[in-house]
Amino acid sequence: MPILRILLLRLLTTVVTLAGVAVIVFFVIRVVPGNPIAMMLPPGATEADIARLSALYGLDKPLVTQFWIWVSGVLQGDFGTSISTRQPVLGLVLGRLPATLELSVMALVMAVVLGGAAALTGTRYRGGRTEGAIDVANGMALSVPDFLWGLILILLFGVLMPVFHISGRVTPSLDLPFSTNFYLFESLIRLRFDLWADIVAHMFMPALALAIPLAAIIGQLLKQSLKETMNLDYVTLARTKGYGETRVILREALRNAALPTLTLVGVQFTFLIGGTVIIERLFSYEGLGNMAIDAVINRDLPLIQGIVLLFAVIFTAVNLIVDLLYAVLNPRLRHA
Amino acid sequence: MTALVIRNLSVRLRKGPPLLRRVSLDLAPGEVRGLVGESGAGKSMIGKAVLGILPPSVEITGGEILLEGTDLLRLPPADRRRRIGASCALIPQDPLTALNPSHRIGPQITDRLVDILGWTRRNADARARELLAEVQIPDPDRVMRSYPHELSGGMRQRILIASAFAAEPRLIVADEPTTALDVTVQKQILKLIAGMQARHGTAILFVTHDLGVVSKVCQRLSVLYSGMVVEDARVADFFRAPRHPYSAALLAATPKYTDPTAGLNPVPDAVIEAVRAEVAAFDREVAHG
Ligand SMILES: Nc1ncnc2c1ncn2[C@@H]1O[C@H](COP(=O)(O)OP(=O)(O)O)[C@@H](O)[C@H]1O
Ligand SMILES: [Mg+2]
Repeated sequence: MPILRILLLRLLTTVVTLAGVAVIVFFVIRVVPGNPIAMMLPPGATEADIARLSALYGLDKPLVTQFWIWVSGVLQGDFGTSISTRQPVLGLVLGRLPATLELSVMALVMAVVLGGAAALTGTRYRGGRTEGAIDVANGMALSVPDFLWGLILILLFGVLMPVFHISGRVTPSLDLPFSTNFYLFESLIRLRFDLWADIVAHMFMPALALAIPLAAIIGQLLKQSLKETMNLDYVTLARTKGYGETRVILREALRNAALPTLTLVGVQFTFLIGGTVIIERLFSYEGLGNMAIDAVINRDLPLIQGIVLLFAVIFTAVNLIVDLLYAVLNPRLRHA
Repeated sequence: MTALVIRNLSVRLRKGPPLLRRVSLDLAPGEVRGLVGESGAGKSMIGKAVLGILPPSVEITGGEILLEGTDLLRLPPADRRRRIGASCALIPQDPLTALNPSHRIGPQITDRLVDILGWTRRNADARARELLAEVQIPDPDRVMRSYPHELSGGMRQRILIASAFAAEPRLIVADEPTTALDVTVQKQILKLIAGMQARHGTAILFVTHDLGVVSKVCQRLSVLYSGMVVEDARVADFFRAPRHPYSAALLAATPKYTDPTAGLNPVPDAVIEAVRAEVAAFDREVAHG
């Protein structure tokens, strides 16, 4: 029951949220100076040329009328035409989405693995030097933002010790037999490990740069939560049964300690997705974020609107998944 | 062979004051010994020392804990843990916090049997069902599939009792097993523990601050003050004629079951002062000798 209710409630809030985002993005980007038509015409174009093209894209109509035209299009699945590329926005955006999703999920996996390992090790050796070292590492990871980690990684593993690719998503000369844009996923399915390795070598550094701050947050929070859980009565009772420290941490404490961390990781993951905009730019990774920056530079209003809406949908989906996971992991909610 | 012998056990806060002062006591197989004293006297600390679950903030500074002749304090940590798991068990104070909220009841009873004692899952499940029936839980199969939050406090304490007896331990530490329960449930649980103890012949170190409980389930008792055993006596003798003035005052302070209004005399200040002086003298002796 609660899962159904969560879904329904979430659906309702999603509709409201997306409507709000649509209104805000539409009007805000029109307040910002800069004429998209003027930017796409060659120098020396006349006022008449600009007016003619503006009319073609409907930019001469009153704002509210423009808004209704756009919204009714969106409701029918037509997100308009990109001004700078003259292609349908929906196709462009959906074409880039897989790249960003794969990058974000890879970063999330890295963050959970690194942060989880730090938290478990810190809890296992709590009160000693190991925990101190982990706390220091966490603090350092947190005090440097993701794009600086990107630069540091580029210097370390792109320039000094060039083991990873510093730009792009895949080596351009490779033949790609893919039918979707989920390269990482599809290369695995097709058992093309050569391609997979190449894609990972491209994704590794941007994903790690995104992952490091989140890993530190997970490491700190989960460790704190684990240490508190380790003092609870049911953990003490398990110790009297003959179990060792590691087993007690993993089996008795981890699941209960992970619950409070999970909600926060959900919020932080949406920040991470936001971080892809700059990181993708830094690593010339062909994802949504990189496209967003181009769209802003070109004042490509329909494209900006499409990208922002899609990001809003992703954020909502992430929150929904976190809520569902929480319900699944917490027996008190599952059966209530 | 005695089930448990504690000899001169001393525990203190790390680099701090003593919490247990050369505590000695013993339990014959199948015997129930009461451990009484006011709150903070160190009753739970003794139980925790036996079970190897002392908090990291305290340390054992001396003494022996012999479990069927083997000194637990001399065993390597991993051996000690397994040994305790195989032959000791705890009935905890608060049934609401002593079960893992994320696991079903069944595995919480059978885990020790399977993981530590090497039983097959099928045998362990059968054993759990049998025990749940013995502690008078209706529909054991359903309960084993339940999560703790679906069950009442009294039910959970029954489950914890069943779980404590599951591996037929030689020794159970029951740390105020009825204190957290409703008064109406307390009597049932007490009866249940006494019945289980009699059937299984398990030695129990019964921690309580209630002398009424001691008179019902224990054969001998130790009276603790400030981490020091001030009296070690057979229950019948103790209730007839307590030897130490502090334990006599404690007995006088206990409401009689027959007449709850009688005998609510607090321990007199003079008695407290005398026993404090005894503790101080003990500490001086330790410091010099
Ligand atoms: N985790 C702990 N760390 C430090 N001191 C403790 C801890 N637990 C209990 N103590 C102290 O040890 C003494 C004995 O406590 P305890 O054995 O719990 O008393 P009782 O069970 O007789 O009420 C008390 O003075 C208490 O303050
Ligand atoms: Mg206690």
